[in-house]
Parts: sequence; structure tokens; C-alpha cells
Amino acid sequence: MRVANRLVPVLLVIAALMYARAPFMVDAAPIESTMGLVQKIFYFHVPSAMMTFLAAFVCGIGSAVYLWRRSKTADAVAVAGAELAVVFGLIVMVTGPLWARKAWGVWWPWGDVRLTMTLVMWMVFVAYLLLRRFGGPGSEILASAVGVFGTALVPFVYVSVNYWRTIHPSTDVVSTLPPEMAWPFRWAIVAFLALFTALLTARIRLETNRVALEEAYVALED
Amino acid sequence: MRDPVRCDFDVVDTRDVSRHFGRRRALARTSLTFRAGEITGLFGPNGAGKSTLLGVLSTLMRPTAGTVHYGGATAQDLGDPLRRRIGVLGHDLFLYGDLSARENLEFFGKLYGLDRLPERIAGALTSSRLADRANDRVSGFSRGLRQRLALERALLHDPRLVLLDEPFTGLDDESAALLIARLRGLKDSGAIVLMATHDFESADGLVDRMICLRQGRVREVTPGGATLRDHYRRTMAEAWA
Amino acid sequence: MSVIRSAWLIARKDLIVEARSRELAYTTLFFSMACVLVFAFAFVVEGRPLDDAAAGILWVAVAFAGTLALSRGFERERQSETLRALLLAPTERAAVYLGKLIGLVVLMIGVEIVLVPVIGLLFGAPVGRAPLLLAALLVTGTLGFAIVGTVFAAMLVRAHSRDVLLPVLLYPITVPVIIAGVRGTAAIFGPEPNFEAATAWLSILVFFDAVFGILALWTFAPVMSE
Repeated sequence: MRVANRLVPVLLVIAALMYARAPFMVDAAPIESTMGLVQKIFYFHVPSAMMTFLAAFVCGIGSAVYLWRRSKTADAVAVAGAELAVVFGLIVMVTGPLWARKAWGVWWPWGDVRLTMTLVMWMVFVAYLLLRRFGGPGSEILASAVGVFGTALVPFVYVSVNYWRTIHPSTDVVSTLPPEMAWPFRWAIVAFLALFTALLTARIRLETNRVALEEAYVALED
Repeated sequence: MRDPVRCDFDVVDTRDVSRHFGRRRALARTSLTFRAGEITGLFGPNGAGKSTLLGVLSTLMRPTAGTVHYGGATAQDLGDPLRRRIGVLGHDLFLYGDLSARENLEFFGKLYGLDRLPERIAGALTSSRLADRANDRVSGFSRGLRQRLALERALLHDPRLVLLDEPFTGLDDESAALLIARLRGLKDSGAIVLMATHDFESADGLVDRMICLRQGRVREVTPGGATLRDHYRRTMAEAWA
Repeated sequence: MSVIRSAWLIARKDLIVEARSRELAYTTLFFSMACVLVFAFAFVVEGRPLDDAAAGILWVAVAFAGTLALSRGFERERQSETLRALLLAPTERAAVYLGKLIGLVVLMIGVEIVLVPVIGLLFGAPVGRAPLLLAALLVTGTLGFAIVGTVFAAMLVRAHSRDVLLPVLLYPITVPVIIAGVRGTAAIFGPEPNFEAATAWLSILVFFDAVFGILALWTFAPVMSE
């Protein structure tokens, strides 16, 4: 936990600096030919989506370990992952329609199956949090099953683009970026990653402390 | 101590077992030993932890801390076959209302993979005096009759460890007498019997050991001398460490 | 006793109980009909159903009816804590899961056998066009829904707010099933039937069933122990 105590502020500072620089880099990047200026939201939209999936994996792994080993730390990781999946997912859900409205004229691009499936995944993790909140005692175990199932959905989300006609740019757009776009994009990813790691670490620490407090309450009666 | 072939044992002990539900502690570092041929009574106010202790011993609940040993091995070591040696009469009776008495026994008998099932069922129906109602739906039974059937269902597979949660609730005299006789029979055949109850009168003279629970803590009292109810009142009036 | 035999014993018990009371069969069937009617009024414009409405309504009715059957079925087990009795038996947890799963799938297929002709009648949908393909879609889709639903309904038996939490948990995760089912069925019902597309959707359903079936078997035992 001492590592966490030092890591979090460092990461937050790094992230803050990177985010401060980012708008300048995005501004300097070339304007995309077909969609124009609005395409630049992709520098925030796509990394947010990446963080959502990363958070989902973290939740899934934490849930799996908690389900089979009942490790309290794993449960803390799982709930932190779920919360971050919901938060970053929310960013995706907001930036997506903003992009879609300007680029394709609709608020919600139903033809964009990947976005819809991401919404579905987001809802799974919202459901995870609802279960923990309203399911009563012992719902951490139940929620971990939801976390495992939810993470198993991820390959379906990823594969979905190949099966449907879609107006969402396909997966390959990332590898075919020209260098002037690739650099700000990678910068954005690293910035998001720094923020993600900071938030994840802080949340895990918060949860572990909360659990320790609960145990202290119980031990008090001895 | 333990017969690994038939997964049998003659001692069950809990070592420092605790169980929490959130902030509520149902069992606090409980260490108890139960031996074959003993009937132990669990007494305590509602919410004291009696059902939790039974739940942990039945393997349905995992302790938050500590371990339970059946003849020296834990439930995890022994796996699924351990449950073949445990019989539980729960508060909610575990019977299918839409099936007849016989069908209930048949279902659970087959599920447990019991041999000589028809004989066992006939024996169970006889000792619970339900033979004439064997083909009636359980939903039409009174509480007392259902409890008799539930007891037989719990004992159909000759379990070594018998756990009973409030078995005397709602029983008429005849049913209570049958239950007492059955429990004495179990004790004679070397079963480990653990019974949570509020019925001091019926338990008097039946239980060999008396364990009182309050807020997850246990106190053992030697019965004899006074009535169980007097022992209980006195123990509850004291301050516990 | 082998897992399959134990599972069959449990499923058989469920079917016998159901055959006696027929509560779930009647209520689920009637509920699915009511669903169809409600959606019909929503999606029929000027006497003509919207494109693909029949396929969508069919699968929504299946999903809603399935949720009802799940929650009612496990409520019954909760009443005398018989689910606990099943977990106390020396059978493997997987057998308990499979037994409940088989019972549910049989019930839902029974409902669908009535539902499909009704949909054909009300919406003029060509249900007889590719019966095997349609049946395959329905069976794999129902199986996918039931695979996830049985785990969730069983684990929620111990939880608070279980009635509202079951759909909240179940629907997002079974969205791929609904999508594949609807699109596959629509491909069959459409004015120009596309059997290749329908088969492609079928393969997604099979994939879903395989992945989540294995996952369900793995997670059932640990999630059911308190």
C-alpha cells in the first residue's frame, strides 16, 4: 500500500501534464478528409473505449480470483474495475453520440454495432454495481459471477464488427493511421492509461481500507 | 478417527470458526468438538448464531475464519462424498409440496444413490407412522406430519452427522415422542447429533451436552442437577467474557 | 451416481411437479401471448406490421416469458428451501445446475411450440419457410438464454431485491442471443429470405452457448456456496 501511496500522486501529475498538452497536439494534427473537424473527438473517444475494456478485464480477473479463492484483495480489484468500466464507459457513451451527430446526422448510430455492444457491456457493469448495492449481504460473491460473465462478453463485442455492416470505422483504422495522427493518438492513450492506473490504484486502496475497517469493527467486540 | 473409504468419521470439530454477515458477527472464534453417540443441545436467543453454526457444520456455509474438521479432514479435502454422511433437518423442512410423501423419499433416495431403496422407504414410512398417507401430497400435511416426513428424509441415508434446526416446533405430543425416540435410536447407533431448540422440556433428559450461544459466543454447561431451563436462565443471566 | 443421471433425476422431478400443477406452463404461455398482443399494437402500423416486427416480437416474448419462468421456478425452490436440500445432497453442483437447466429449456420450448404458429398467424410471418433452421435458432437461442438465466436465478435466491435484479442482470448479458436470434429469424422471414445470413447468426448462437455453457458449469459451484 505504501507503493500505492506514492504511485497515485505521481501518476495523477503525469496524467494532468499530458492532458494539458493534449489539446495542442490534437489541434496540430491534420484534419481528416471525410469527417472533418469532428473526427478529432476520436482522440478521446477511442482511448476511453480502450480503458473501458481494460477495466472490464480487470474486473473479470478480479472477480474470477475472488470467486475461486475468496481473496479480499481480488474483490477490491473487481469492484474498482467495475466502477472504472462504468465511468470510462460513460465517457464513451457521451463522446460517441457527439461524434455521430456531427458525422452522420444521428444521435445514436444503431448501425454502429460496436458502440451498441459497448453500451450493453457498460450496462452489465452497472448491473454489477447495482447487485452489490442492493443484493444484501453476501452479494460480492454473486457479483463476481456477473463480472466473469460480463468479461466473457468482450470477445463478442470485438468480433461484432466483422459480422455486421457498420458505419463505425473498422478495427483497422488504428494501424493505418498516418504518423501525424498516430502520435497524438498514442499520447492520448498513454495519458488515459496513466489516469486509469491512478484511479484504479486509489480505488483498490480505498476498498481495502474499507474492508479493514469493517473487520476492525467486528474484532472490536472480542 | 476417519474411515477414508466410506468417508466416515466419529468426531467433528470446529477450530476457531468465525462467521460474519457484513458487520454482524454470527459466530465468534468458536471451537467445539462433537463425538459419536452424543446428543448436543444448542440453546440461545434468536439471532444468537445457532442456525449459523448448523449451517457451517452442514458445509453449506463457509466460515469467514477458522476451519471445520470431519474426522481430521476439512470439507474441501473430502469433497462431495462428505455430504453423504451429513443429514440436515432445516427450519424449512426441505420437502416438495407437490410430490407425495413416498415420491419425496424416492427422489432424495435416488439422488443420494441409496441401495435397497424400497425397503428404506417402507421403514421410514413406518417409523414416522405415515404409511397410510404415503401417496398423499405433502402440501396437504399438517406441520407435524411434514416434520415427521422431513426427519425421515434427513435420515434416509443413515448419516453420521445429524443437524436439526428447531425440530420440536409445532409438534404435537405424539410427533414429539416419536422424534425423541428416533433421536435416542440415533445416539445408540453412534451418530453425532446436534440440535438447536427452544423446547427445554423435550430436550431435558435427551441431550448429553448443553451449549448456550449468545451473540456468536458459546458457553458449555453440564446438564444434570437442575432442569435445562434453569441452567439456561442462570447462564444467560451471567456476564460472558 | 453420474452427473448426467443426477441431472436427469432433478429435471424429471421438476417436470413431474410442473405436470401436476401446470402453473408455470399456463402462466408462462399466457404471459407470452399477452406480450405478443401488447407489442402487436405497438408495432402494427395501418394494419401492417413493421418490417421484421414478427421476428423481434417473437424473441422479446421468449425473453420475457423465460425470465418469468426462471424467477417463478426458483421461487418455488425457495419456499421450502429445497434448493438447499439439493445442494446438501452428495451430487456434484454441476448436476443440480444441469437439472434445473433442462427443466427450464423443456418448458420454454413447449411455450415456443405454441408461440411460433401464433406469430405466424397474427403477423403473416412465413414460419413454415425453413422450419429446421428456425427451430435450430430457437433451440440454441433458448439454450443460451437459459444457460445464463439459470446461474443468475439460482444465485439470486439468497439475495434481496431478487425479482428486479434478475432482469437487470440477465438482459444485458443475453443481448447477443437476442440480436442473433432476431436477425437470424428476420433473415428467414424477410421478403427475400437469406438463409446464409441466418446460418451465420446460428453459428454465433452456437458459439455463445459453448462459451457461456462452460463458464456456467465452472462458476455454479463457487457462486452457490455462501
